[in-house]
Amino acid sequence: MVGSLWSGTEHLPGIQQILEAFWELANNGVLLRYTVASLFRVTVGFYLAVLLAVPLGLLLGRQALIHQCTNPVIQFLRPISPLAWIPFAMLWFGIGDKPALFIIFIASFFPMLISTVKAAASIHPMYFQVAANLQFSVWESVYYVILPACLPGIVLALRVTLGVSWMVVVAAEMIAVKSGLGYLIIDARNALRLDYVVVAMITIGVIGLLLDYFMTKLEGMEAVRWRLEQK
Amino acid sequence: MSKSKIKIDRVTVEYGNNVKRSWFGLRKTQPSPCEVGGRVVLKDISLEIQHGEFVSILGHSGCGKSTLLKIIAGFSTPSTGKVWIDGEEVVGPRPDHVFVFQEGALFPWLTIGENVAMALRSVKDARERQSKAQEYLALVALEGVENYYPYMLSGGMKQRAEIARALAAQPDILLMDEPFSGLDHLTRLHLREEMLYLHIMLKDTTILFVTHDIDEALQLSNRLIILSEPPAQVKCVRSIKVPHPRNLASEDLSDLRANIYHHLGVHTAI
Repeated sequence: MVGSLWSGTEHLPGIQQILEAFWELANNGVLLRYTVASLFRVTVGFYLAVLLAVPLGLLLGRQALIHQCTNPVIQFLRPISPLAWIPFAMLWFGIGDKPALFIIFIASFFPMLISTVKAAASIHPMYFQVAANLQFSVWESVYYVILPACLPGIVLALRVTLGVSWMVVVAAEMIAVKSGLGYLIIDARNALRLDYVVVAMITIGVIGLLLDYFMTKLEGMEAVRWRLEQK
Repeated sequence: MSKSKIKIDRVTVEYGNNVKRSWFGLRKTQPSPCEVGGRVVLKDISLEIQHGEFVSILGHSGCGKSTLLKIIAGFSTPSTGKVWIDGEEVVGPRPDHVFVFQEGALFPWLTIGENVAMALRSVKDARERQSKAQEYLALVALEGVENYYPYMLSGGMKQRAEIARALAAQPDILLMDEPFSGLDHLTRLHLREEMLYLHIMLKDTTILFVTHDIDEALQLSNRLIILSEPPAQVKCVRSIKVPHPRNLASEDLSDLRANIYHHLGVHTAI
């Protein structure tokens, strides 16, 4: 039993094989290169989604009428799995990074948007009465009220969404690209190298853990902490 | 007779009509409990308030005291009737008519100093703004807390800070909506004393003070306005001529207190 755990069976690579595979992939630079490629795609796709979803979410959260008009479209698009966009992603963006970025963008955009809308819509009206009383201009209320009030909600959404996009990058890399941890998995499967598959899975898990750790650091920021301290 | 500072002319509020939608982001004023139920909250309220007066508005909870104050502040509009301040009709919030909320109106994402500085945005120099904010905090006996966030302070200190922010706006009229009702008894007594000191110091500021604490009203005000149960009307107005310091146990004031309890339909001897 212990022996097979070490040396593996037909359906499951053993620890020995995995360690050797890890050594091999780490030494020839493949693991580092692919990890960087995956992180690059997640970062770009995620940032694009955040840059678009946060301002849009603040607008929709504060302008009920526009929100009511657009909400059916958002709620219609949201449940469609990002992977369902693969055919169109390839048709529109061809081969390379772009379709993968598009899939990550789709996966990050909706959770980010919906959390931001919720954060913006649930700001206590009293703060706006204070702002009106002190004659804040539109920009002053955005800068001094709306943005800081939404920041804790946005930071939490960033953390959840980054997890989602890191999950989706693997699927996105199974199409149209020749690098990344997702590509490593699909390529290893084709070569029946299950030990490589496990190495890729472990790497994904460890990096997911690190990303989440860095995001929890964000939650400790001064600009966010007031939210936790309120009952 | 001098021209009155605030003139409230036959103000009536029915629920559903007093929601203001003009200001960016201000979708809806918070409906207070008394506005719920599609009924008349305030009926035909007419009042005149003189420059520099300290007027308390008393009434049962949910009788529309706060609604009246919010109308004067310009946060909501009455269904019928009008409010004039200095001969001008109230059409919206103004920086010289400052509203002090019951609690939690400091921006929790800003420090105490930054909160007060929000009312000093016209001062362009940052250092000057900061020192002015400290002056106003000192006025309400808050020193050395300007770098703290509101959550780090006690309820009483937060309320002091909010009053400091209101004063920093150099108000002509202070509209205070049960400003001490969330605080413990001792803190309220302290703040009551400070409120009186502020009123004496700021002779030119007219103060409207909504409360359901009769002693608080007796000790602070020049005039009491008692509202009836909803639909609220002005039940009676009482002037208090007793000079400060006022002893609540004195004959005049205890008679007045008994009289107010009577008007509010409360039996004191049970």
